Amino acid sequence: MSTPIDYLLHLADNAVVLGQRNAEWCGHGPILEEDLALANVSLDLIGQARLLYQRVAELKGGDASEDQLAYFRDAHEFRNYTLLELPHHGPLVGYAAADRDYATTIVRNFLYSALMVLVWDGLQNSADAGLAAIAAKSVKETSYHLHHARDWLVRMGDGTDESHARVQAAVDHLMPYTEEFWTTSPAEGAAVAAHVAVDVWALRPAWDAMVNDALAEATLSRPNFHGYVTEGKVGLHSEHLGFLLAEMQSLARAHPDGRW
Amino acid sequence: MSTATERVWAALEALTDPEIPVVTLRELGILREVNDAPDGLEVVITPTYSGCPAMGQIEDDVRARLAELGVAARVVTRLSPPWTTDWMSDAAKAKLHAYGIAPPHTRPAPDVSVMRFIKRPAADVVSCPHCGSSRTVVTSQFGSTACKALYKCLDCQEPFDYFKPY
Ligand SMILES: [Zn+2]
Repeated sequence: MSTPIDYLLHLADNAVVLGQRNAEWCGHGPILEEDLALANVSLDLIGQARLLYQRVAELKGGDASEDQLAYFRDAHEFRNYTLLELPHHGPLVGYAAADRDYATTIVRNFLYSALMVLVWDGLQNSADAGLAAIAAKSVKETSYHLHHARDWLVRMGDGTDESHARVQAAVDHLMPYTEEFWTTSPAEGAAVAAHVAVDVWALRPAWDAMVNDALAEATLSRPNFHGYVTEGKVGLHSEHLGFLLAEMQSLARAHPDGRW
Repeated sequence: MSTATERVWAALEALTDPEIPVVTLRELGILREVNDAPDGLEVVITPTYSGCPAMGQIEDDVRARLAELGVAARVVTRLSPPWTTDWMSDAAKAKLHAYGIAPPHTRPAPDVSVMRFIKRPAADVVSCPHCGSSRTVVTSQFGSTACKALYKCLDCQEPFDYFKPY
């Protein structure tokens, strides 16, 4: 039985893309403590991505490496959820500038971490021993990310009129992107069949319970979903991923194999 | 234990954590094993947090110490079983406390309910390492590093780091 590499790339790309996004707050956090918190969350995510890329490189063999996978693939080869590549603000075209909105950052981290504690927890029993080992570490880290995001979600939702309005707008903007969690891509289907992945569909009631509980405590409402379901995990991305990768990959591409 | 592995243990015993120089890698549970494998000596280390930036330094320190000793041994990073703060020795916890870092609590017993990921342990009282007061509050879940949270003491008013259970 072979481990479906595309599924590992999906997990790795999720982590590296959100890690890169959150790192944008480094030096720009709304307060010093949050600047440090987001940098630490990013370090965890990038660490998880490195372990997963190393596992992929090991399975692929040849000259595959974590750096090649992170820095020398283009946007259409990335398998992350579209949710994770969006900028830290409401809907705008890719080249438009806007102030970063911390409510957007927090809501995204909350929605993603609530999913990933469940995914990592299940993956501890993966048929791929390498992935199971990574999952056992990641579940502990992700539960701290979830606590952090949930605390701020409640604090802002149940805060001032301004903070409530902003965090509700972020929930309304981002919640539709979570529909992508619940569709099964070919890579996920193959990995579930090989007992390497967990079936995300089975995690949905637990995710809903965590999300509804937090939104209720934060005095926020959950929007009804109707419309387009994004397909980042099969390589069909928003216009934002190219900009993110251009920044993340430019140094490695300008100085291939550079060491310092 | 062979003489060769004993020599390596003795040499690596003194290596400390680059971020928290009062505790050794062995006390933190990062330095796991020294094995006399058929194809040579092997030193096993395990990472703390996946993204801990000190891991590269730790591996370099281990290699440098082995080179100093003139021992040819490979350094292997192993993820499983995953590192946990429960491996930290009582001596290490006492040293952290003396250094001004509140040592980690033992992790609570596993819970299987759906909401386990967002529930807080009931007795999560962290005592101030400066004055011993239990009247403390969290300032931030993430302190100077991912492994620590930032707390404040309501009695002596001092801020301090808490090494989080992992
Ligand atoms: Zn005190």
